[in-house]
Amino acid sequence: MWDYSEKVIEHYRNPRNVGKIDDATCVGQAGSLACGDSLKIYLKIKDGIVTDAKFQTFGCGSAVASSSILTEMIIGKSLDEVKKITNKDIADQLEGLPPEKMHCSVMGYEALEDALKGYFDLDEVITAESSEKLICSCFDVTEGQILKAIEENHLTTVEQVTNFTKAGGACGKCKGQIQDILNGATGKTEERCNLSMAQKVLKINNIIDTQISPELRKDGGDITLVDVDGDRVLVKLRGNCAGCKNSNLTLKTFVETTLRDAVCKDIIVVEVA
Amino acid sequence: MLIYLDNNATTKVDEQVLEAMLPYFSEQYANPSSIYDFAKPAARAIKEARGQMKDFLNAANENEIYFTASGSESANMAVRGVLGTNKNKRHIITSKVEHACIFNLYRQLEKEGYRVDFIDVNAKGELDLAQLKEKIDFDTALVSIMYANNETGVVFPVKEIAQIIKSKNPETKFFTDAVQAAGKIKIDVQDLGVDLLAVSGHKFHAPKGAGALYVNPGTMITPLIVGGHQERGKRAATENVPYIAGIGKAAVLAADGLGYEATEIKRLRDKLEAGILKNIFNARLNTGVTNRVPNTTNIGFEYIEGELILLHLSDLGICASSGSACTSGSLEPSHVLRAMNVPFTSIHGSIRFSLSKYTTEKEIDYVIEKMPAIIDKLTGLSPYQDELDALKKLKM
Repeated sequence: MWDYSEKVIEHYRNPRNVGKIDDATCVGQAGSLACGDSLKIYLKIKDGIVTDAKFQTFGCGSAVASSSILTEMIIGKSLDEVKKITNKDIADQLEGLPPEKMHCSVMGYEALEDALKGYFDLDEVITAESSEKLICSCFDVTEGQILKAIEENHLTTVEQVTNFTKAGGACGKCKGQIQDILNGATGKTEERCNLSMAQKVLKINNIIDTQISPELRKDGGDITLVDVDGDRVLVKLRGNCAGCKNSNLTLKTFVETTLRDAVCKDIIVVEVA
Repeated sequence: MLIYLDNNATTKVDEQVLEAMLPYFSEQYANPSSIYDFAKPAARAIKEARGQMKDFLNAANENEIYFTASGSESANMAVRGVLGTNKNKRHIITSKVEHACIFNLYRQLEKEGYRVDFIDVNAKGELDLAQLKEKIDFDTALVSIMYANNETGVVFPVKEIAQIIKSKNPETKFFTDAVQAAGKIKIDVQDLGVDLLAVSGHKFHAPKGAGALYVNPGTMITPLIVGGHQERGKRAATENVPYIAGIGKAAVLAADGLGYEATEIKRLRDKLEAGILKNIFNARLNTGVTNRVPNTTNIGFEYIEGELILLHLSDLGICASSGSACTSGSLEPSHVLRAMNVPFTSIHGSIRFSLSKYTTEKEIDYVIEKMPAIIDKLTGLSPYQDELDALKKLKM
């Protein structure tokens, strides 16, 4: 079972400000029934101050607690203060959430953002959002939402992104894209090898035939592909290359580098007799 | 107060089982393979337990019983073991509602190059037997279909499935994961006609860490754990004597308790189910009423999330479980309920209650009394008030 903080327990047991405001100034919504959690937040705003807030949540203990504490955090605050609230603030107020439950605090933040959008009627922002690239189609998570979560919470792994945004948590098809977004955001250039084994073998064979073998032949040597075992590429050196005391250098500096650049960064070239 | 209604997750160890185990920790601690007299009681304890398990499953011979450390190990040993002796066949079949130990193993085998078919179930959780029959071909090495489902309690017609398989391809092996059937309904491997069958002790009042696998004499398997000669070379590792003694004793007690299970436990389960469905307008039974083990009910509460229900039950000392995404740490709800097409209005709010011989009428009455207030409170939190109002009108 989850190790919820006392604060989370207190809030799901006795949620504050439950319900709807019939004459709300604006209403925000996040999540969906199919996804397993959703939240509606109602705000009453007067003279730039949030005078009242209520919520309705379909979700787990931490989703209810996040919504409940969010209403407490914004009532009586100016819009300038409310606009600055992030998902991390919500999680901090709850004295932390289990990593797998961080997306609940993000949902609270998104519902608040949605409500404020309605209030300020920022058309250009809404258009920009709606044309934004959808990354996770299972949970409707966009590139912008993922980038925001990465930036505000200093995320570094796909698993963390899933915990915070749910993206990649169902079918998992978008995990490669999430990795790409992470690489872009953190300046990493690492690439994952997404080839099937057959594709990999074909590609390695092709690179050896067209790029590596012709170069070695110029020096009177040659190379043949013996086998591919995961990331290990087993090759046989022939002609002048065989028995050459520089053959290991050839393998590492030329053959391996060429294959790594062209096929997959994890490749290790091994010479077999 | 503790009301434990999560007996499909694990059960309390029976005092008599514990008593049967205790001598083999610090008194009769010898390695049963040793030659001296001091090792005889340990060796005898294993022999006795093997006989008890043989009787429990009605196997023909003690040699058909292998002890393991869990149901998952038994299942892996059965599947990998059959495929290991039958390497030229590349097709395997299972259902869409298997326990993770088979479901994920089959997903793994798919990656390893096997052709895999996952058979559908209907909205009541019943297996599509016509589809199963159609999928079996000359290349099918193994069919793995569970006996009773852990989440819904739905019982599959294992004997009929065995007949279908053997009529289509007599060489195809049939393994059934009987972990949730053992101790709840009678298991008779000879009558069922299965080739392999797995049970797990902690589901019938033995401790966690004790399992068994039945393999009929016509079925060859390769070992999963290679090493010493234990379990006739099929499962290396020094025998866990106290736990084997425990699962043997638990098997005897479980066989004796089948009558109580079929009458009294079923009566209490039915009472709990009826009490909840009658008093709560947004509750629905996720299965059919028949073809279930006597101790399990799976009820969906519409427009409420399951973890929140469990947390509130827990505050009252009531232990149950949920197929909701949030409880498992995964983000998707149970694959079993999804395979049954349980509507998404209630799939996230599905709660499983599973009883045992220790469940009392007083406990069931208490749960029936407390449920409506919990559900009412949580229904009030839901953003789907319009939908709930419509549902209420429909039911009233």
